[in-house]
Amino acid sequence: MEILITVIKIVAVMGIMLGIVAYVVLLERRLSAAIQNRIGPNRVGWQGLLQPIADVMKLVFKEDIVPTKANRFIHDLAPIISISVAMTTFAVIPFGDRIDLFGYDIKLQIANVNIGILYILALTSLGVYGLTLSGWSSNSKYPLLGGIRSSAQMISYELSMGLSIIGVIMIAGSLQLDKIVEVQAAWRWNIVLQPIGFITFVVAAFAETNRLPFDLPEAEPELVAGYHTEYSGMKFAMFYLAEYANTFVSSALITTLFLGGWQVPFVHSLGLSDFWISIIQVLGFLTKTIILVAFFIVIRWTIPRFRYDQLMNLGWKFMLPIAILNLLVTGLVILLI
Amino acid sequence: MTYFVLRSLFFVHRKDLRWYEQFYIPQIINGMKITLSQVFRPKFTRQYPEVKWQPPSSFRGRPVLVEQNGIERCVACGLCSRVCPALAIEVQASETELPKERYPIKFEINMLRCIFCGFCEEVCPEEAIVMSQEFELTFTRQEDGIFGKDKLLTSADKLKDRLEFLRQNR
Repeated sequence: MEILITVIKIVAVMGIMLGIVAYVVLLERRLSAAIQNRIGPNRVGWQGLLQPIADVMKLVFKEDIVPTKANRFIHDLAPIISISVAMTTFAVIPFGDRIDLFGYDIKLQIANVNIGILYILALTSLGVYGLTLSGWSSNSKYPLLGGIRSSAQMISYELSMGLSIIGVIMIAGSLQLDKIVEVQAAWRWNIVLQPIGFITFVVAAFAETNRLPFDLPEAEPELVAGYHTEYSGMKFAMFYLAEYANTFVSSALITTLFLGGWQVPFVHSLGLSDFWISIIQVLGFLTKTIILVAFFIVIRWTIPRFRYDQLMNLGWKFMLPIAILNLLVTGLVILLI
Repeated sequence: MTYFVLRSLFFVHRKDLRWYEQFYIPQIINGMKITLSQVFRPKFTRQYPEVKWQPPSSFRGRPVLVEQNGIERCVACGLCSRVCPALAIEVQASETELPKERYPIKFEINMLRCIFCGFCEEVCPEEAIVMSQEFELTFTRQEDGIFGKDKLLTSADKLKDRLEFLRQNR
């Protein structure tokens, strides 16, 4: 029974997540259009709501082109690594408390791993392989440059990302994500306790997901399309989906670590039954995440791209010392209290 | 060292900025305010098939033959077909009882060749061929691209704007 529940949870979460990610793409297109005084896709279905389906249908029927001297096996493998890493990261993120469904007490988290955050850090660093291998295996100069950039960028920002999380871990006293969320009950959100950690983590998350101020691996004006220049059809769609899945997962992660996860303030004073409280908490988690995704999108259309040396300067000279400093101050405060 | 690191994270070093402008994050928020304020501005996009553009009278759309009182003005002099740089016009003349004595029995414009230069309109002594305001030309076969008299004849009332424009500017 335990296994069956887990399988159902996996299927449900995967399905919902793929749906959300598809609509994040639509959100990006509509929002960017609105920012540029355009309308954006509004023809397929009501207000363009079926656009993601049409896009996928188009990409399925596209020809899959592999460059002549490309390494066929790795060229096929790279998008699979990208998408599977982006999808599996969500496994440890708690998207709600417990829910009582058909007499079963279900925990709204796929896997409650006791090394939760380490699992996420390990998987997100695996994501680099997707980009780097795709760049290398394409046997083409622009993808190669994109791949090299992505590996350098990811490694630089992983450090400050990990260090900015440690502050949160020290407050919670656990690596488990559900513990971290429980500690943040009733407005004790980590964004209040760890403002500098929050900022460094958000900046590092932008770099990890290759979103615009740091989208050097695919910088269109310089590298054609970066690491996925030589990809087409469904393989390209996988990279595209992985990018938005990464955005969604990192938003979910920021929510979990800094914005109180599924905690909704004052929900217990409404006098609802436990079932509805759980539902509201899940919706609260989703709302926070989607707002963060919208923030990612607006930032993309606000800030221009960094130069490569500026990116490295920011990562090593500023982000890393700030993260370490934050760590020391947090440790000192915890020691004194 | 701590001081310098903190300063460089939170400040931009530019003398021409005021002290509060040197913070990174407030300026990023200002930038986001600008981008977000654009969301509520009126849109530039025209929803094309539903909302159509009305071209001005100086617009050179597809060339048409002017028809007055049910008769085309054309006297089949062939100047337009002579001047056409894309060789798109074919005229065959014939005689008629009317005062103008000649009329085109066949008048074809190959719209696949036409470059909308308006030379035919300029050269025409009778003001019989003018550029209309129509710009939607679609056909699915090459043969459909050759417009005969049936498609070209347009009553003068519909071309008032253009004729008026020509009278004032020629």
